[in-house]
Amino acid sequence: MSELLRLITLQDSNTRMVLLGTGALGLAAGVIGALAVLRRRALVGDALAHAALPGVCVAFLVFRERSLPLFLLGALVFGVLGVLTMNAIRRFTRIKEDAAIAIVLGSFFGLGIALSGIIQRLPSGNRAGLDGFLFGKAAGMVQADVTLIAASSALALFGVVALYKEFKLVGFDRAFAGSLGWRVSLLDLILMCLLAIVTVVGLPAVGVVLMAALLIIPGVTARFWTDRLAPHLALAGFFGMLSGLIGSALSAVLPAPESSLSRGFPTGPLIVLVAGSLFVLSLLFAPRRGLIARWRTARRLQQHIDDEHLLRDLYELQEANTPATLASLTARRTWRKGSLQSALRRALANADVSDRSAIFTLTDSGLTRAVRVIRSHRLWELYLHEHAGVAPDHVDRDADLIEHFITPELLAKFEAQLALGDGDALRTGAALGVPLSLHPPGSSTSEARP
Amino acid sequence: MNPILSLPFVGPLFSYDLWVIATASLVGALCGVLGCYLLLRRLSMLGDAISHAILPGLAGAFILSGSRDLVWMLLGAAVVGVLTGVLTAGLHRVAKIAEDASMGVVFTTLFALGVLLISFAARNVDLDPGCVLYGLLEFTPLDTVRILGLELPRVTATLAAAAIVVTVVLAALHKEIKLVAFDPALAAALGMRPTLVHFVMVALIAGVSVVSFESVGSILVVALLVTPAATAHLLTDRYARMMILATILGALSGGGGYLLAKHLDTSTAGCVCIVGAFFFLAAALFSPRHGVLSRLARHATLRLRICREDILGMLYRAAELRSRALSRDELTQGVGSTWLVDLALILLRRRGLVVTHDAAVRLTERGHIEARQFVGTHRLWESFLTARLGLPPDHVHAAAHKAEHFIPPAVREKLAQDVRATQPSTSPLTDPHGRQIPGP
Repeated sequence: MSELLRLITLQDSNTRMVLLGTGALGLAAGVIGALAVLRRRALVGDALAHAALPGVCVAFLVFRERSLPLFLLGALVFGVLGVLTMNAIRRFTRIKEDAAIAIVLGSFFGLGIALSGIIQRLPSGNRAGLDGFLFGKAAGMVQADVTLIAASSALALFGVVALYKEFKLVGFDRAFAGSLGWRVSLLDLILMCLLAIVTVVGLPAVGVVLMAALLIIPGVTARFWTDRLAPHLALAGFFGMLSGLIGSALSAVLPAPESSLSRGFPTGPLIVLVAGSLFVLSLLFAPRRGLIARWRTARRLQQHIDDEHLLRDLYELQEANTPATLASLTARRTWRKGSLQSALRRALANADVSDRSAIFTLTDSGLTRAVRVIRSHRLWELYLHEHAGVAPDHVDRDADLIEHFITPELLAKFEAQLALGDGDALRTGAALGVPLSLHPPGSSTSEARP
Repeated sequence: MNPILSLPFVGPLFSYDLWVIATASLVGALCGVLGCYLLLRRLSMLGDAISHAILPGLAGAFILSGSRDLVWMLLGAAVVGVLTGVLTAGLHRVAKIAEDASMGVVFTTLFALGVLLISFAARNVDLDPGCVLYGLLEFTPLDTVRILGLELPRVTATLAAAAIVVTVVLAALHKEIKLVAFDPALAAALGMRPTLVHFVMVALIAGVSVVSFESVGSILVVALLVTPAATAHLLTDRYARMMILATILGALSGGGGYLLAKHLDTSTAGCVCIVGAFFFLAAALFSPRHGVLSRLARHATLRLRICREDILGMLYRAAELRSRALSRDELTQGVGSTWLVDLALILLRRRGLVVTHDAAVRLTERGHIEARQFVGTHRLWESFLTARLGLPPDHVHAAAHKAEHFIPPAVREKLAQDVRATQPSTSPLTDPHGRQIPGP
């Protein structure tokens, strides 16, 4: 408990460092990654992270010194080299983007592994320092690391803010940006360089695969919450930072698995899992774009359609002087399981329908609504028949689909076009302005679905 | 004495090295042939995703079954591998996330889950992350099993079994896989169930990833899945040939990588990637059809031919008008760059079509005959454009100047007949500028 308190109040300097570092990294990676995802280059970050390895090895082989800035420089050089190779493969051969990414990833990483094998044999070298680069050791962050991460993140964020307009246009409409005379490929390269900077400083903290996660997941998560770029980037940064903070905090609080070789719960995977959980939560619960919201919208629409179908069926049964029982209603169309019952329940509760000893009749309010639906249906049928030349027995199914979406304005236009004001052409039933059906129940075509 | 040499299978036929090379080649061949499908479906990174995502499958299978038995590992990996494919496709379809981004979300999260699971079970598993990444190809012959009285390296035997399964499935479903790879919509219209075929392939790739995993490591699987297939794609336009080439290239990368690693005394896995990348680079540069240099060479040859023909035409026209010779500078002005003209002149002289005297170039007798052809074609085309297509005479030269190099003799014959029909039959043929059209 006291440990938790120490953590929350940030008394532990080590924890404070880790939180600061992962938070800053998550923020920058989220923003840059969101732009990369927008450019359909989500996996470039992954390839970049792998391509950086030979750079670290070369830096060590050249300078014979285990220094983080030199390693990062080497990694950055090879990361950018990887991006250029990718572009060259795409530009000059028939190989597509996805394969170019995979080829660069595999080849560069293979080179890195081979080089690190050579380094291991050197009297001065052992691979331990290099391996840290691949798997990441967030818990071991010190002040210098955090300063570096914070500086690089600030640089990357500054780049995004400074070139916001350019990145926005290139992200959405490359061809238009080109036609304005902008150097689109140069802008792409700048974005990739920013991506490389963030990736490279993040590698020692969270490792290769998990770095890719930090770049991709927040950007995709933020997409569920907004349709505008600026809030999207801000949200991606926020989600990235949140993942970094919560993940590191969890790793400091949770007891280390007894088997684990290292002290503490592994930080990198926890950060990614937090990011993944945020993604799943957004996927499910985001308003409008979330799965649940979309499912509810779809369900509401389906219920609305069922309600209108029920009203229309009741009207048409009434028109044919057939009592509307559960059986006669069921026979009129293929209701999804239980949908007729629930539509009836809603109509009764709404007082659109009254139930007189299992015979259902429209109330006055129900009749008004039914007339609107039936007018939509029949006017559309008439319109299709008279203006599009569709045969009378072919119009019903189409009208069945469209009747729910015809606005009053459109309805008025139909009426005007079909000259239904004329008493003779009207063929209306009573004073309700309802045209007669093109295929009355007695005729060969029936409303009932097969 | 080296303990390796005392192993029972080490004989003159199958030395230690040969076993490793055989194993590496098998991995390369297996990954290569399956990678073709990924490449054509533009899902190359799915190999990367699967080979990372199977980690929780391995850990989960181990935790559930309590054994490191290969069957359990394969099962866990295949389940999670297919799950990766399903989740990726599902997020893409249902949540409208770009395919690469949804892949990135799925495999990184699964990988993180796997790392956590392993760190819980680490007490019992010797799943060393180094081994996962780099593999231990060099040591495969040390771990043997006895099959049919033969002492075989375990990994090699497993890979051979996998190769049989893959071959059978690919042969049985060849038509389906081919169609799904190129046109899933048509495959669906023909009733082939492309989704099912796709997931069969995904399961195969997941299985091969596991089998290859312990020998070559996860990254190498990625490299071998895509690089040989991409190399083959640069070398051929036919699917069956592409698969065969990718198999061979994969095997060569495997074997060559081991030899290189032995030479440099470093990681085999890394060297296999390097050899594969080298093959790709060579194909990208020199592939007869799609190579960058071959394309440049084709382009240069064409330019040189056009330059040669233009020089002949210029000399012919000069002979028609006044002088019989033109200087090199005049030719350069008319045709283009100096070095191109120099090169063309060397070739023309060698064929005996032109001679040079004191920097003046003139046609030989044979050159004159040859040049007649291009000038004739040029003027026939000009006449055709004016007489039949109604173009004004001062607009046809540029068009004819381009077309003269690409009109074959048979078409020229037809053109001559056509132009003859538009002009009085008694006089010789003339072009719109009033000059005579020479015969072939």
